[in-house]
Amino acid sequence: MRQFEYVRAASPADAVRRFAPGTMYLGGGTNLVDLMRLGVAEPGRLVDVSRLPLDTIEPDGDRLRIGAAVRNSDLAAHPLLRLRYPMLARAVLTGASGQVRNMATIGGNLLQRTRCGYFQDVTRPCNKRQPGTGCPAIEGDHANHAILGASDSCVATHPSDMAVALAALGAEVHVTGPGGDRVIPMPGLHRLPGDTPERDTVLEPGDLITAVELPAPPPGPSAYRKVRERASFAFALVSIAAVLDLRDGVVGDCRIALGGVAHVPWRAERAEEALIGGPATGEAFLAAAEAELEAARPLPRNAFKVPLARNLIVRTLEELAS
Amino acid sequence: MNRIEGRVKVTGLATYAAEYPVEGVTYAYPVQSLVAKGRIARVDDREALAMPGVLAVLSSERPPELAPEAEGELALFQSREVAYRGQIVAAVVADTYENARAAAAAVRVEYQPQAHDVHLSAEHPGLYRPKTVNPGFPSDTGHGDVEAGLAAAATTIEVTYTTPVLHNNPMEPHASLAYWDDLGRLMVYDTSQGASSGRDIIARTFGLPPDAVRVVARHVGGGFGCKGTTRPQAVLAAMAARETGRPVKIALTRHQMYDVTGYRTPTIQRLRLGADADGRLTALEHVAYEQSSTVEEFAEQTAVPARVMYGTPALHTAHRLVRLDVATPSWMRAPGECPGMYALESAMDELAYAAGLDPIELRVLNDPETEPDSGLPFSSRDLVGCLREGARRFDWERRDPEPGVRRDGEWLIGTGVAACTYPARRMPSKAVVAAQNGEFLVQIAAADIGTGARTVLTKIAAEALGVDPARVHVEIGDSDLPDAFLAGGSMGTASWGSAVFRACEDFQRDGKEGHADTAEEIARDAEMARHAFGAQFAEARVNAVTGEVRVSRLLGVFAAGHIMDATLARSQFIGGMTMGLGMALMEETYTDEEFGGFLRRDLAQYHIPANADVPGIEAVWLEEEDEGLNPMGSKGIGEIGIVGTAAAIGNAVFHATGHRVRDLPITPAKILMPRF
Amino acid sequence: MNITLQVNGATRAVDVDPRMSLLDLLRERLALIGPKKGCDHGQCGACTVLIDGRRANSCLALAVAMDGSEIVTVEGLADGDALHPLQAAFIEHDAFQCGYCTPGQLCSAAGMLGEPGPSAVTDDLRADPDLTPAEIRERMSGNLCRCGAYPNIVSAIAEVTP
Repeated sequence: MRQFEYVRAASPADAVRRFAPGTMYLGGGTNLVDLMRLGVAEPGRLVDVSRLPLDTIEPDGDRLRIGAAVRNSDLAAHPLLRLRYPMLARAVLTGASGQVRNMATIGGNLLQRTRCGYFQDVTRPCNKRQPGTGCPAIEGDHANHAILGASDSCVATHPSDMAVALAALGAEVHVTGPGGDRVIPMPGLHRLPGDTPERDTVLEPGDLITAVELPAPPPGPSAYRKVRERASFAFALVSIAAVLDLRDGVVGDCRIALGGVAHVPWRAERAEEALIGGPATGEAFLAAAEAELEAARPLPRNAFKVPLARNLIVRTLEELAS
Repeated sequence: MNRIEGRVKVTGLATYAAEYPVEGVTYAYPVQSLVAKGRIARVDDREALAMPGVLAVLSSERPPELAPEAEGELALFQSREVAYRGQIVAAVVADTYENARAAAAAVRVEYQPQAHDVHLSAEHPGLYRPKTVNPGFPSDTGHGDVEAGLAAAATTIEVTYTTPVLHNNPMEPHASLAYWDDLGRLMVYDTSQGASSGRDIIARTFGLPPDAVRVVARHVGGGFGCKGTTRPQAVLAAMAARETGRPVKIALTRHQMYDVTGYRTPTIQRLRLGADADGRLTALEHVAYEQSSTVEEFAEQTAVPARVMYGTPALHTAHRLVRLDVATPSWMRAPGECPGMYALESAMDELAYAAGLDPIELRVLNDPETEPDSGLPFSSRDLVGCLREGARRFDWERRDPEPGVRRDGEWLIGTGVAACTYPARRMPSKAVVAAQNGEFLVQIAAADIGTGARTVLTKIAAEALGVDPARVHVEIGDSDLPDAFLAGGSMGTASWGSAVFRACEDFQRDGKEGHADTAEEIARDAEMARHAFGAQFAEARVNAVTGEVRVSRLLGVFAAGHIMDATLARSQFIGGMTMGLGMALMEETYTDEEFGGFLRRDLAQYHIPANADVPGIEAVWLEEEDEGLNPMGSKGIGEIGIVGTAAAIGNAVFHATGHRVRDLPITPAKILMPRF
Repeated sequence: MNITLQVNGATRAVDVDPRMSLLDLLRERLALIGPKKGCDHGQCGACTVLIDGRRANSCLALAVAMDGSEIVTVEGLADGDALHPLQAAFIEHDAFQCGYCTPGQLCSAAGMLGEPGPSAVTDDLRADPDLTPAEIRERMSGNLCRCGAYPNIVSAIAEVTP
């Protein structure tokens, strides 16, 4: 690990003021410290934002505002979340381990980086880590890589469970930074790799996430389901967050987001469009899933994710419809 | 009686290799090769040496002296040739761990790389027949005419099974702490399955007499074979301590363990089986294709269990090895039996289906009178009893053999069975017993890597002396104690127990001191086939939507001689079975064909079972009386638990789905893809 | 950098390298070898300690960031010579073999018993579930045990569960 300077921010504004090139914000540290030890992240300065007073969960009418420094476990255990956003609570609970959830912050969860083995190994090439060096995953170990929205530069996936549920909910990410304050609606925080895979998100240097705001819970039942070969403490092969609102057997509102399939939490807009206003039948669900996955470009060893995602969409919607 | 070291382990006071308080300790951190094959042109350590706290950089630039006898993976920095990606090519010693690690990243190694070959295949032109396979079996054996047997068979199957690179992954990473005392004696706190053998290897590597080296390993955080031989970090710590004149500690990272502490070779296994109309075997052929490194030959004895299991008029077993630009594979829990019985017992299940027979009845029908390959009598063999007892407990009688027909919502359910076996051997060891003030001190350089050796040796001594175990104190884990065999090959308790038992007998003569050396006794052991046997039963649930496989129930029934401690034995059995579950469903290290070396070198990518994966696991045993083993009548139990588990689970997955996965691990990808 | 923290009830003031993890601070500077380094990346749980009363991976915590925190390691669980009920139950149930994951399992269990709310395997997220064996298994899955002592760990914890 490279030597660095550590400072504790007194306020969000103070954190932004202390930001300089080479600075990184430290939340729970569960991914950043990991990456620093691997040599993947080499900040010259760490600004610790984990103890900022951004650790409250506050209802605002039928909305809910979650401070960026709230710990994952506190979010999942919060009565309002369990009552009104069970899909999000379950997504958070399926992530990592009890210990990691106790440490990890909401802001940090959103900004965690891919677990692609090449990205995490500084002795091998990776366009995301070192632009222009190539993507060996395409010909190599890509069993848990992206099937949607990937590029010739990068086939990595975003590892967060929570972000998938937030994408389905259309949560708003509040950001402060050198350019002032702004609000980014999910799933717009994360970006596809294109030919600049080094950028995971639309954030600018010095931007600091201060809160995540949940809109009123969408009507209809919801679910989060995660598939993994180890029964716990594993990243998703594929996961799904879905909400389905039926009116007289017709799909009113419908939200579907997939995890483990793309560089971003993947909002399945094509499937949603195909469903809204139509019948809630198995055939319709299958047609919607296939519409979404038509764009899939699997690699030899992750091709199983296509039928897996399709099955998950169909089965989850069937369950919600019943 | 609970584990003797239980209290120190639950209070955090048990001391593992890297944890001994030594004044003025410094830290070493290795630098690993970035090429898979080539020559080191130059090691530029100037930047590293100028960094804060750095005391020394070791490399082949100025090779620290080792004895000419230093060999294989332990001959650190003696050559400029690189044999695999990840090989240790330099090391930094510094005042703190942080400084050593940061400086290691600043060591520049220039290579003259050469094209590498890390791909195992059954068609590799470099395949050859090794002279022997671990630990000394002939590579190929056989009798009868396999082709004729297959031609005459009513049912034949010809199948290929593959297993991936697997890593032992004990929870304690390899660590050593070494210093040279004022008299020039080398002290090594090492994470080791054998203090005596570790001392001998280190002494030979440094050209020292054995009594000039002391190895201490009082507590060892798991080994499963990868701490059975001395690993490079022990040599590196001793070398760095000599170069700097300071005590040096080195704890490998989890990532580094994947490269330099051994692994189980991937295997490709071809099996041909034939059976007559009644189900009696007419031929059995098992050929295993495996890899080793260019540094050392290690040939896993994968086809050896086929020499033990079933009676057949025609038997052929063979091993073919290819030397690749990879790290050296080594022992991992039940080398040979574990991968070999996965393939053989899966193939037996296939044969049962092909012949329309119950898989248990097929095995019972072919249970041999004598050891098939050698013709030797068994000291005891109760595979049939284990199968019958397991069948009773698993309600096998009511099992419908039809695959793919049981369903609970999304979950397809199936059950499977597999046999298991592991040799019951013992090796010479020495022990001393002394008495003082009504207390008894037993000394032997045994190792407790989690097996409960201290506890079981205490029981053996107490029983032999006829005293309360509370008055017996067993001292182990130190090469200054009487020489003992290592904790490996499921031979620990049989070897050490024999010595302790005999020392106690000797003690009874005068009641003052007892000594034993079992070398002569063991040399006189009659030639006999000595093996433990067992049967594993699994219930698998396969999700039809996601391809996830969960094992809802695992049962092992074992016949392993006299079980000396029910609690410890159960823990050993279920521990092995849990590792077998990991092998079946999730464990896989990925060989990087492009750059060489391994990928998935951590516990987030190489998954071992978590608590949630093991909802229902039971181990029971049939007590055996076997006079042909050792004074305790015991067979080793550390390894048999992992043997057959993966086959039982794979067979259950077939029963659940009607789909046979012949390539471990059985992941959702392999469940889902055949359907498309 | 100079930091002050409470470790097992005692105030410790130390000058630390910013790169040092809490785990290395405990093991290498404060002679507390209970917390174990199994992976150094939050993937095994052997380093689990209680930070301000909550279980956490000490390998992922920078020591400098712990200034002002209260740390309890496995060495701090017992009350003098009287073992913590979890420690006693682990011995009785043979809930360990090699012992290397054990301090982390114990601190994790101690923290887990005080954690509110549901887990990933809870059917109804609105309810506070009983700590059934299935709940314990899920909640303890952040602590890997290669010896495979899981069933015994679960039964030991179940015995202590209120």
